[in-house]
Amino acid sequence: MRKNYNLEKRKYIIGGFVVLIALIYLVRLFDLQLADEKYKQSADSNAFLKKTVYPSRGLIYDRNGELVVFNQPAYDVMLIPRDVQPFDTLDFCATLNITPENLQKRFADMKDKRLNPGYSSYTPQRLIAQLSAQDYGRLQEKLYRFPGFFIQKRILRQYKHPTAANVLGNIREVSRDDIERDDYYAPGDYTGDLGIEKSYEPYLRGVKGVEILIRDARGRIQGRYEDGARDIEPISGRDLRLSLDIKLQQYAESLMVGKRGAVVAIEPATGEILCMVSMPNYDPTLLVGRQRGQNYKKLVQDDSWPLFDRALMGAYPPGSTFKPTQGLIFLQEGIIDLHTTYPCSHGYISGGLRVGCHAHGSPLPLKPALQTSCNAFFCWGFKAMIDRRSKYGTSAKAFEIWKNHLVSMGYGYRLGVDLPGESRGFIPNAKFYDKFYKEGRWSANTIISVAIGQGEILATPLQIANLSATIANRGHFITPHVVKAIQDTVMPEEMTRLRYPSVESHYYADVAEGMRMAVTGGTCRRAAIPGIEVCGKTGTAQNPHGKDHSAFMGFAPYQEPKIAVAVYVENGGWGATFGVPIGSLVMEKYLTGTIAPERKYMEEQMLNTSIYYAPAKKK
Amino acid sequence: MPLPRRNDPSTIFRNLDWPTVAIYLIMVFAGMVSIYAASYDFDNASMLSAAEFSGKQLRWIGLSFGLGLVLLLVDARMYETYAYPIYICIVILLAVTPFLAEDTKGSYSWIKFGPMSLQPAEFAKFATALALAKLFSSYHFDLNSRWTNYVKALAIIFIPIVLILLQNETGSALVFLSLFFVLYREGMSGLVLFAALFAVVIFVVAIKYTQTFILGIPTGEFIVFIMIMTVMTGMAAIYSRRLETGRNLVFWFAGAGLVEYILTLCGVPVPGLPVSIGLIVIACVYIAFEAIKYHRPKLFITVGTAIAAIVFLFSVNFAFGKLQPHQRLRIEVALGIVEDLRNAGYNVNQSKIAIGSGGFLGKGFLNGTQTKLKYVPEQHTDFIFCTIGEEEGFVGTMIVTLLFIGLILRVIAIGERQPTTFGRVYAYCVASYFIFHFCINIGMVIGLCPVIGIPLPFFSYGGSSLWGFTILLFILLKIDAARKSVLAY
Repeated sequence: MRKNYNLEKRKYIIGGFVVLIALIYLVRLFDLQLADEKYKQSADSNAFLKKTVYPSRGLIYDRNGELVVFNQPAYDVMLIPRDVQPFDTLDFCATLNITPENLQKRFADMKDKRLNPGYSSYTPQRLIAQLSAQDYGRLQEKLYRFPGFFIQKRILRQYKHPTAANVLGNIREVSRDDIERDDYYAPGDYTGDLGIEKSYEPYLRGVKGVEILIRDARGRIQGRYEDGARDIEPISGRDLRLSLDIKLQQYAESLMVGKRGAVVAIEPATGEILCMVSMPNYDPTLLVGRQRGQNYKKLVQDDSWPLFDRALMGAYPPGSTFKPTQGLIFLQEGIIDLHTTYPCSHGYISGGLRVGCHAHGSPLPLKPALQTSCNAFFCWGFKAMIDRRSKYGTSAKAFEIWKNHLVSMGYGYRLGVDLPGESRGFIPNAKFYDKFYKEGRWSANTIISVAIGQGEILATPLQIANLSATIANRGHFITPHVVKAIQDTVMPEEMTRLRYPSVESHYYADVAEGMRMAVTGGTCRRAAIPGIEVCGKTGTAQNPHGKDHSAFMGFAPYQEPKIAVAVYVENGGWGATFGVPIGSLVMEKYLTGTIAPERKYMEEQMLNTSIYYAPAKKK
Repeated sequence: MPLPRRNDPSTIFRNLDWPTVAIYLIMVFAGMVSIYAASYDFDNASMLSAAEFSGKQLRWIGLSFGLGLVLLLVDARMYETYAYPIYICIVILLAVTPFLAEDTKGSYSWIKFGPMSLQPAEFAKFATALALAKLFSSYHFDLNSRWTNYVKALAIIFIPIVLILLQNETGSALVFLSLFFVLYREGMSGLVLFAALFAVVIFVVAIKYTQTFILGIPTGEFIVFIMIMTVMTGMAAIYSRRLETGRNLVFWFAGAGLVEYILTLCGVPVPGLPVSIGLIVIACVYIAFEAIKYHRPKLFITVGTAIAAIVFLFSVNFAFGKLQPHQRLRIEVALGIVEDLRNAGYNVNQSKIAIGSGGFLGKGFLNGTQTKLKYVPEQHTDFIFCTIGEEEGFVGTMIVTLLFIGLILRVIAIGERQPTTFGRVYAYCVASYFIFHFCINIGMVIGLCPVIGIPLPFFSYGGSSLWGFTILLFILLKIDAARKSVLAY
């Protein structure tokens, strides 16, 4: 027998190694099982079943306190797969009016880990979403026959009037993106989509509550943990009070029936939006409940774009409604004073260029130019400013100053309305033209059409209404907003702060007077309302794709204005054809509550006229 | 004196190592009970019901006992005689397995025999152990006498490793690496094990601490440099048999470190990488000088170690980048660099919760909510230790740990009392397998090792694993029981 005693000692090394590892493991086990509390708590969270209790979503009232959006209960059919026993599927399907195939598919979808990553046979799973009250009633009676099933109450929206869908928005189930972006959400939650439901989601949603139930070692629910002492009550969402006058909104929508475009009315003193119409509109009820998906798809595919809120997403050439801004800039820059006159020989003719105009006295100063909406006056003024090298050095520098004035008036950037999706509109800067025409190769005449709100200039109806409100206020505005008050919350400062454009206030009084003259003896005579001094400015925006757009902006009364309005009707022709009547009717309705008898014909005409829009070409 | 009759059953049972048998029985039945608890599905089915994993395991246990008995009754010399044929048969079986096996979660290692599936990899363990024992027991075999002996031994070990890797069963393949313990016991230089351990430590440290920096190099690399210096100093002191050599190196490294520290305090930036390497290189030159001066060629091992360690350090990051993303993730999760509670880290986190929630005495048999509610996957197989931890608490996990220590130390003791090299080597093979399974399985469940899917011997559900370990153990018991009848030669 051969034995190497030197090597035999190595058994101690190997044995020692094992004992050392075992000691390390025992220390680790001691740490895990006895020292560290963290793991006990984690285990607790698994042994309890935490059931979400959904809060009631905040209600929405209009400015007069009328309830506009409220909640209706809906019922999700839930089940804990482990507890479900064989049940009479035919009876179940008959109760809920679904086919057995449909039920089978729902079960398959529920168990599909790709569709439902949170699937576990021990936790509540949703089988059917949003039962109607009738289905719920029938199922409730028979629920005892279907062990493992239960019903979870959810909240859906209900709308008092089929109106203002663009402002109100709706709610939808959260997407995976939402869940990743915001820890608050869990699969199956609802969140606001579009309108104030989206922009005020944090206020409206409230805080979810939790009901803690205990499970025994067999997984069965044994009751409430500590008799509910640890439960968290849900906190209801906050109610909103809109600045919208829902009656005015409905009235404005009715005037716009059959046309495409937008109406925005603002209370100048507060920046509160009184109505905000986008046409074509849709019934917000379409986006409630189980048929939401289907209806949403239809709305998306509709080629008249009902989901597109033209009032704040639509960027249109403002046309002549832009002229007051030009008058203001020229006065502020000292290009003109109230007595400066420019000639108009049926248009602006300069350097082989001609911008047409219509018949009126010539030469004329600013106020009559506003009254008659003279193109030539504003072109001459624009040329005088942009080409005044003695003052600005270059056209580009002059143009930058011109642009900055417009930006200060709310053009070219988002106004900051409390609704999602606002468009910036478009005001070019000097760089834009430098790139387009090469640096130094352009002057006033190259871009003359911007002086009359054509060319590259784009504005949203909201921005036009805001200009109207600024003039009504004689030189300041408040960011337009649709929510007047949030329950138990102070409105954010941006919604109350006065914003002053870079044009001095006293010039605004002159422009307001010009707009007053337009109604008394100019392009807006039809806007006149008996007993109320109305100011207005028409706009007829040339449209390369078809008939001109009809626009109007105005405010009333002349002194201490209560309402400022902008109307934009796509392909409506002259500003006076649709813009003026609709705008003045909205103002009249708001100020007097009725329509004067001599103006009834106009109302009838607006209510009953439709504009034919050619169907969009399929691309 | 008449020789005792070699294969008389009464002799066998008299000479049987009953403590080992007792540990075996306790483990097997404790395992069955744990499997019942782990797969207990609120249905109140009997533990012995054939529909339950525990009931099935009971049948495997019954068959194991039969198998064990048969193995005890076979003449012990048969194992030695047929060691190579058995090994060759198993190797052939391993080679054909991927072609016969169906895809089971990406691995091709299960062969269907009628109603049951067997995993040949589990049976390769005893066959490889027999072959290795046979090799070492051949006449005048000395591992260190010629290098071809290493080739032979490594061939026996690596053939099954390669074949099992081809079946996509990485965990089962790695088990065979534990046989290096056997080579060590039989004369392989401890430097190999030391180098392996040092490599693992460098790997872990270098990968784990890459977020913070000291002297412009990642903390991990900095620590590795300090470890290399420490190891160099220790080795140089031992191999030179002169304390002065060690002392000089301590002064050199500590002095340089102090200077670096002061310079850093004064705001002078010290480039950590060239300085550290420079210090080590100069130390190497010094050691080489001593080696020549005092005729201590072994000192060159120190120089080699230092250079190898530095090379290894730089290849680690490179190699780590080359790994498959999921493998990298598993390693990162195991090292605690990434906390990935949803995917790779999910199992480990849930198993830590299950064990941690057990407390001192546990929640009681069948009262574990964690394992019951299926939060822990694979809980009746690879993660069976969780159930024990949750339901039986620290007391339970401690007893299981002590049982394994007892078994492993007992097997080593059995090995050392064998009169033959064959018996001793075989015993060490058995001990090595148990060491590996014990360390990796429990280490993984408590979050100290990467998740390598290998079972906990005798506890995890599964016939192949149970049979494999039973065969392994009972052949040893038979060889041990027969040792007194073997003539010492």
